[in-house]
Amino acid sequence: MNRIENAFKNKPIFMPYFPLGFPDLETSIDVIEALAKNGADLIEVGLSFSDPLADGPVIQKATQVALEKGITVKKSLEAVKELRKRGVNIPLILMGYYNPMLAYGLEKFVFDALDAGVDGFIVPDLPMEESEEFRAALSGAASEVEAPLIQMLAPTTPDNRMELIARNAKGFIYFVSVTGVTGERKSISDGLEDLIARVRKHTSIPVCVGFGIGLPEQARSVGMVADGVIVGSACVRAIGEGANPVVTAKEFARNFQEALKMKIWNDR
Amino acid sequence: MSTLLPHKFGPYGGQYVPETLMPALIELEEAFVSAKQDEQFQCEFDRLMASYVGRPTPLTHAKRLSEKLGGAQIYLKREDFAHTGAHKINNALGQALLAKRMGKRRILAETGAGQHGVASATAAALLGLECVVYMGEVDIARQEPNVFRMKLLGAEVRPVSSGTRTLKDAINEAIRDWVTNVRETHYLLGSALGPHPYPTIVREFQSVIGREAREQMLMEVGRLPDVVIACVGGGSNAIGIFSGFINDEHVELIGVEAGGSGIVSGKHAARFGDPSKGRVGVIHGTRTYVLQDEDGQIAETHSISAGLDYAAVGPEHAMLRDLERAFYTSATDEEALDAFSLLCKTEGIIPALESSHAIAEVIKRAPTMKKDQIILVNLSGRGDKDLNTVIRELNGE
Repeated sequence: MNRIENAFKNKPIFMPYFPLGFPDLETSIDVIEALAKNGADLIEVGLSFSDPLADGPVIQKATQVALEKGITVKKSLEAVKELRKRGVNIPLILMGYYNPMLAYGLEKFVFDALDAGVDGFIVPDLPMEESEEFRAALSGAASEVEAPLIQMLAPTTPDNRMELIARNAKGFIYFVSVTGVTGERKSISDGLEDLIARVRKHTSIPVCVGFGIGLPEQARSVGMVADGVIVGSACVRAIGEGANPVVTAKEFARNFQEALKMKIWNDR
Repeated sequence: MSTLLPHKFGPYGGQYVPETLMPALIELEEAFVSAKQDEQFQCEFDRLMASYVGRPTPLTHAKRLSEKLGGAQIYLKREDFAHTGAHKINNALGQALLAKRMGKRRILAETGAGQHGVASATAAALLGLECVVYMGEVDIARQEPNVFRMKLLGAEVRPVSSGTRTLKDAINEAIRDWVTNVRETHYLLGSALGPHPYPTIVREFQSVIGREAREQMLMEVGRLPDVVIACVGGGSNAIGIFSGFINDEHVELIGVEAGGSGIVSGKHAARFGDPSKGRVGVIHGTRTYVLQDEDGQIAETHSISAGLDYAAVGPEHAMLRDLERAFYTSATDEEALDAFSLLCKTEGIIPALESSHAIAEVIKRAPTMKKDQIILVNLSGRGDKDLNTVIRELNGE
């Protein structure tokens, strides 16, 4: 059983996002280690890009800071290696835009990432239509089950398209819960349960929900219907604002882990 | 899933966008294909082009400029005559009609020089649509008259303060807005850029330039030009005029990028002209030549003309260059300013700084050609919007 499958044994899982290099490289490695050792079941490790068009202001600013401090793809992959050295054993999924991966050399990027201990990839500007090249690069280095390119679904995705994407998806499905960019929202869309039921008709792999979830209570209610809850902007904002990023990361992960795993008896 | 129209230009183009937008692109492609087959839509477009935009725009023989340069005869395709002062209105009206056809009541646009913003605001006013224009703060400062124009026309201008605060950041913000409001909003992209089907749609609506110019050359001059020259930012005016001559193999097509302070200075927007930074990559949904650093971060660009100040070039141009059907060169800020002044004085025409880059190439090329040879230049817009910039530059500020 690979790391991703293993992580989903105790659902719903908590999946925070954090960009490498924010507020600086050393701190970001410590933060991710703290998240991993205090309740995160899987971490989306962010690669920075100058033009993150799917991201809201919080992640835009954080990745901008990371770039100003000199983060690169190469340094990011070395940081993943360092995390593995420190005993971080949960799945680490790289989340980044396509251009820096192309500039690095796609095959070399995939090879080096897997070598560093990455378990999968999320590329928000790579829809199904354009993913063949990436899959080919992946298949040269590992099987799709071992290291999937995670597919995203959106509330706007029509049924026939959803079926096509879900059927071929590996690892887990990243369901974007709102039409919009990343960032916290006051309420999560009402029809979520129905939307997820639609996805489940076409696949048996876990369905995780992201975009807009900022509070443990929101995570809990999403966790009632989804297999995993992705928290990005709220995590980056809390840790960025915290006096001690590592302490904040620990508390953040514990709060969400508790909220999620208590879901069964807290269900009203 | 396959697309209705080809979604790539050789290895370039494609649809590199978040999943949320894919259904909107598919819907747009369907609407465009059905509109093209709908005679009524075509009639409405043609009617507005004639009665509202003022088409056909004239072809002007620039006699004094030709004499002064002492070589080829120079003809100007006068897109500066089009309503709102530039070619941008052709595409803006076409897409606004498409938006109406799709039942979308809100349009979004990005703008660099402000010409596309003004054109979009105009089309929205004419067709009764809500219009929001994203514009970088740097561009707002250098194109103030156009900002005021957009507001007069009823559009909301939203300043963009992220990144380099220019066109590329305005596009990021427009896309973010579109992702959020995609159900009721059409993104009226202004250049032959972005994800499929935009490069194709924009070329089709701008191809009126090339069709008219070809016909005018044959009717008024009696022959086709030897060379066609246009400036290339995203490349919509260039692809518009090139499309008319693409099958005339003996007609040479030349695109002129912004050379800024010179290629070696690193401060420019010459995607093809600087192999150290201009490499094939993906930005704003399309795969094409992009100015970037070694790590794939999009590079800052510089040009005196806001409309050419962008890190990527339209994917069809990348293909035409590979095929050697079109050739690309660049003109510096200084060369463009000289060309601007020369056209003002010899022909009584104040060109946009964007179009002045095309004139700069004419100045280099015409003297090397024979007197019976012909250069056709796309004079894509008028220069009133640039007066502040030119005054500052000429005063040496």
